[in-house]
Amino acid sequence: MAEIVQTVLIITGISGSLALVLTLANLYIANYGECKIVINNDKELVVDGGSSLLSTLNEQELFLPSACGGKGTCGLCTCKILEGGGPVLPTETPFFTKDELADNMRLSCQVKVKQDMKLSIPEDLLNARKYEAVVEFIKDETKTIKLLRFKITDGQEVDFKAGQYVQLLAPPYPGNPESVYRAYSVASSAKEKNAIELIIGYVEEGLVTTYVHQHLSEGDEVSFNGPFGDFYLRDSDAEIILVAIGTGIAPIRSILYQMKDEQIQRKATFFFGARTQKDLVCAEEMYAFEKSIPNFHFRPVLSREPDDSGWEGDRGRVTDSIQTYIEEGIDQEAYMCGSPVMIESAVIELKKKKIPEERIFYDEFG
Amino acid sequence: MGNINPFVIFMASIFTNNMILANFLGMCSFIAVSREIKTAWGLGQAVTFVLTGTSIINYLIYHYILVPFGLEYLRFIVFIILIAAFVQLVEMIVERYVPTLYYSLGIFLPLITVNCAILGVSLFMIIREYTLIQSAAFGIGSGLGWTLAIVALAGIRQKIKNAPIPKGLEGAGITLIITGLMALAFIGFSGIVNVQ
Repeated sequence: MAEIVQTVLIITGISGSLALVLTLANLYIANYGECKIVINNDKELVVDGGSSLLSTLNEQELFLPSACGGKGTCGLCTCKILEGGGPVLPTETPFFTKDELADNMRLSCQVKVKQDMKLSIPEDLLNARKYEAVVEFIKDETKTIKLLRFKITDGQEVDFKAGQYVQLLAPPYPGNPESVYRAYSVASSAKEKNAIELIIGYVEEGLVTTYVHQHLSEGDEVSFNGPFGDFYLRDSDAEIILVAIGTGIAPIRSILYQMKDEQIQRKATFFFGARTQKDLVCAEEMYAFEKSIPNFHFRPVLSREPDDSGWEGDRGRVTDSIQTYIEEGIDQEAYMCGSPVMIESAVIELKKKKIPEERIFYDEFG
Repeated sequence: MGNINPFVIFMASIFTNNMILANFLGMCSFIAVSREIKTAWGLGQAVTFVLTGTSIINYLIYHYILVPFGLEYLRFIVFIILIAAFVQLVEMIVERYVPTLYYSLGIFLPLITVNCAILGVSLFMIIREYTLIQSAAFGIGSGLGWTLAIVALAGIRQKIKNAPIPKGLEGAGITLIITGLMALAFIGFSGIVNVQ
């Protein structure tokens, strides 16, 4: 008996003292004290050093876009660090060209705040705010896709361009100990200033999608920040080609609301890819847009619809529709949202139709 | 074994009883991080430092805490805990005071925790009943030997980068064959000193 107690005590003592040493080291060695961050030679922040620049800025209510939540995989949280960033890490180099590196571009989630820093961040990112909201309703669009409406409760108004995205925060829930942000395009009209709608698909083991699909119900409080992104309708007279698959319809829906609100006369066609009729998210609304937007056509295309279902629309993939319907030699612009694979193959098809690369705009799923 | 000159142990652990090429310990990072001489050298330095530190501390803990209480059988778990804590501590200190070294080592520093050469050295020094000085010499020597082997392998791998290697042998396959040849070559040293 005494032997057991003695053994346990000794092991506990050894691990305890090691833990103590590490805690002390963390307190004294890894403590970088207060650091001053100057942004765009204008704004000055005093912060506690030691954590990543991305999370430090987040704590200061300054939100850089990030789809992966600081893991260094999405490459979105870039900013220019003019002073105090230290050498570039191997985890950052794959995301930048040589010119960008020479221009002091860095991934803010990989850089630790250890000293005074000078940053340069695009002004419109500084406009991103944090919003508190409640879930007004959740609607099942398909088996795996939900439409959610968030009503902003903290008195702020959200000001975004149709097509931009926000980052939704999933707080810790059973099975996920840390809070994480994920990016979702706003699906509602930019005219609405006190609520947003998101279209969120379920991804197996996805941290935020699991939270949304299994833990979130009407009346719950949520928070998000934004807006971010440069995916929005450009001002021109060109014909508009819209392409999306699955939840990629979200930013397109917002753009369509804008076209309806502003009664834009440009000819527009929306190719929407899904598996079967059941997977056509917001289909009724899209058909309604054909009536309320002057020159708009909705062309859904199904890849797995059974042959005998009576579906009279297009079959195949969105790339097939581009091949069939797009004519060469017309002044046109393309806006696409979907998986990287879809975007890549659609860009190839659009280029075959002589649409220059700088007129193809897209928003890839992270 | 109290009578072997520590210097002999030091030389032996570099050449004749090289951790990788004689005992085949620490193979994982040996193969994974030997693509470039620069990174191999960085990892080698870190391993040498951690080996030296942990062999001395583990010696003290084993002989002054575990042996008096008759708890030798706990050495595996205690050594591993200590190695993990030591690597964490080293990481913090290096990050704070030698940032350039920290950035050049990058992720290799925490990787060392699971390098079996480190645990191997601590266990060998117990089995072979080394004294404190001998253990320290064994730790430093093993680290240098590991560095020598991985840098040599990285050099060879850089040289054969453009060689026409049969398709099925590319990557890990040819690396293991090279390692075997290097081990054979190191047997040539075995005449110099012969200690265990």
